[in-house]
Amino acid sequence: MRDFFARLIFSGGVRKGFIFETAREKLPSIMKREQALDLYFIDARSKLIDLAAFLDRAERSPGADDFRLAAFREALKVLGSDGPEKARRVLLAFSDPTQEPLAAAPGKSACGAWPGKK
Amino acid sequence: MVSRTTDDYLKMVTSGCEAVCEPAFWAGFDRSSVAGFYDYFLQLTMHEPKRAERFKLPHYSWLCINPKESEDMVLAQEVLDLIPKFLDRPNVLGIGEIGLNKNTRNEIAILEKHITLAAEHGQLVLVHTPHLEDKLKGTKLIVDLIKAESRLEPGRVIIDHVEEHTVSLALDAGFWAGITLYPESKCTPARAIDIVETCGKEQVWLNCACDWGVSDPLAVPKTALEMRRRGHSAEAIDSLIYQNPVRFLSQCRKFKVGR
Repeated sequence: MRDFFARLIFSGGVRKGFIFETAREKLPSIMKREQALDLYFIDARSKLIDLAAFLDRAERSPGADDFRLAAFREALKVLGSDGPEKARRVLLAFSDPTQEPLAAAPGKSACGAWPGKK
Repeated sequence: MVSRTTDDYLKMVTSGCEAVCEPAFWAGFDRSSVAGFYDYFLQLTMHEPKRAERFKLPHYSWLCINPKESEDMVLAQEVLDLIPKFLDRPNVLGIGEIGLNKNTRNEIAILEKHITLAAEHGQLVLVHTPHLEDKLKGTKLIVDLIKAESRLEPGRVIIDHVEEHTVSLALDAGFWAGITLYPESKCTPARAIDIVETCGKEQVWLNCACDWGVSDPLAVPKTALEMRRRGHSAEAIDSLIYQNPVRFLSQCRKFKVGR
């Protein structure tokens, strides 16, 4: 049995059309804000300092930024922005947005950021 | 698990693991002929089950040519022709992990052939989605390709390695979604639980990367511990960690677990 159903969405009180959004049963988020901070703040703080140290390290190394660092700086803006889904938006900042299949593989590995972004 | 030591089987069993499902994947180098795949399929269907049986751990496998080796269309076709000879083996659950790597035309052609093979033989399907910057595009291509095969029920297909930006692509199309846990570079236990809390829990399973790279066969039990730390109930943990994969895999009559 499919565990989702279609739901009509209205935006700003004005009916803009039928948009189908899935409503799936989720695992309830049961942590209070304080508990989330107790569990994850120190780890997140450490990772944030790692990010800062990475930027310091890259910037004091001679040479120019490349597409990876450009994507990284773009993704960092998401962290300071409002709204939910920051992890999803960071992932999108690094993603290939095109749809056309490649004629041939440039190699086997991924490098973490899309080289086509200017 | 062809890339792991026997110690890992022991650790998994003592951590409560009741079965292991090992998909055919890239060995870290390209095999030079179809004979290499023949030997690999023997390893997956005969030798690894025996090794796991020493620890009373049921071993299941999935068969395919991995997308990283699909650029060589001649070799890929030879491997595709080989797969049906192994589908009746008692531990083979289906076709996998098929999918895309760099989202090329050749990879897509071979993925389509795998999809046809699965449909013709009534097999479950396990799909690898590309890494990092290629994942979003590849997941969209994969979902569209599989949806076009009307003989495959979406509920018999799992789209693996989803992350926050791709999980809904799989679930919205009625597929199962696999969240693969890694010690570094990809999805962590904390993020996996976030995804289940925000995107859905019904057609989702968690799995460990247990390959030749940096990976951890105990990542799933560690995620169960992470759920406990957040306060999730034993029932919620059992439902996600154990019942969900059993529900999906039991669609293959060969799959049996102890409980």
